[in-house]
Amino acid sequence: MNDHSFTKGAIAALPLVIGFLPVGIAFGIIAREMGISLFYSVLMSSVVYGGASQFMMLNMFAKGLGFFEIIFATFVINFRFFVMSLSMNQLLKKVPKRWKTLLSLGTTDETFAVASINNTKPNVYYLGGLFLTSYVSWILGTLTGALLSTIIPSNISESMSIALYALFIGLLIPAVTTSWKLGLLAVMSMMLNGLFSGWLLINSGWSMLFSTLLGSLIGVFVFKGGKQHD
Amino acid sequence: MIDSILLIILGMSLVTMIPRFLPVWIVERFIMPAWVKLWLSYIPYAALGALIFPGILTIEGGEPWIGLSGGILAACLVLLRLNILFVIFGSVITVILFKTFL
Repeated sequence: MNDHSFTKGAIAALPLVIGFLPVGIAFGIIAREMGISLFYSVLMSSVVYGGASQFMMLNMFAKGLGFFEIIFATFVINFRFFVMSLSMNQLLKKVPKRWKTLLSLGTTDETFAVASINNTKPNVYYLGGLFLTSYVSWILGTLTGALLSTIIPSNISESMSIALYALFIGLLIPAVTTSWKLGLLAVMSMMLNGLFSGWLLINSGWSMLFSTLLGSLIGVFVFKGGKQHD
Repeated sequence: MIDSILLIILGMSLVTMIPRFLPVWIVERFIMPAWVKLWLSYIPYAALGALIFPGILTIEGGEPWIGLSGGILAACLVLLRLNILFVIFGSVITVILFKTFL
C-alpha cells in the first residue's frame, strides 16, 4: 500500500522530471563554462536545489561579485520557499515532524505546485516519491550537463525551459476551470508580478513573493463569506 | 586555503534551506486564525500565476512572443484535456520550431 503511494508520487513527478532534466543540463553546462568544477556544480545542485538562484549565482560569479552579494541575492530569490513550505505544511497536519522537515527541504516552485494542486490531502509516501524523484532528476541533469559541457550547446537545453511553464499551465488551468475565483486570483497575481517586476523593476524574487502574498490575500477579503475552497 | 566557491555554495545552501524548514518548526507554536489558513490555501494558485507571468516571456531573450506562443499552445492542449506529457512536448516542439525557422 505504502509502496504503491511512493510509486504514484514518482509517476506524478514525471512531467516535472521532463522539465528538470534539461534545465539541470543547462545549469551543468554553463557552470562548467564558467570554470566551476564538475564536483562543485553537482554539489551546488544537491545542497541548494533552487534553479533560479543557481543560475543567478553563475551570473553574479561571472561578474566578479562577492560572497555577501551572492548570498543575499540567493536569500531574496529563495525566500518564497518559506511561504510555499508554510502553505504545504497545512496539508501535512498528521505527518511526524521529522518527515515534515525532510519533505520541506524538497520545496521548489514545481514540487510545491504539483503537491498542492489536484491533491487535497497527499500522504507522506506519495510526497516522498514525488520529491525524491524530482530531486534526483535535478542532480542527474546537472551531472549530465557538467559531463557533456563540451558536446551540447547550452542554448538547446535552455529553450526547453518552456517545459516547466507548460507544467505550471497544465496545473493551473484545470484548477481554474472548476472555480472562477481561483482563476481571478491567478490573473491578479500575474498582473501584480508584471507590475512589480516589469514596471517598478523590483527584483524578481521579491516581486514573485509579494504578488503571491497579495494575490492570495485579495482572495481572502474579496471572497470572504463565499464558498470556501478546500 | 579556504575555497571561495565552496563557501558560496554552503552559504547559498544555508539561506535556501532555512526558509524551507522553518515553517515546520514555527507552525506548531502558534494557533493560526481561520483567515490565515484560508490565505495559505489560496497561495498555490496565486503562486502559479506569478510563476507563469511574466517569466514565460523571457524564454528567449528579446523575443517574448516565442514563450507566449508556447504558453498559449500549452493552454489549448490542456483545454483539450490532453495528458500533461503531451502538453509539455507540444510546447517544447513549438518553441524549438519557432527558434529554428523564424
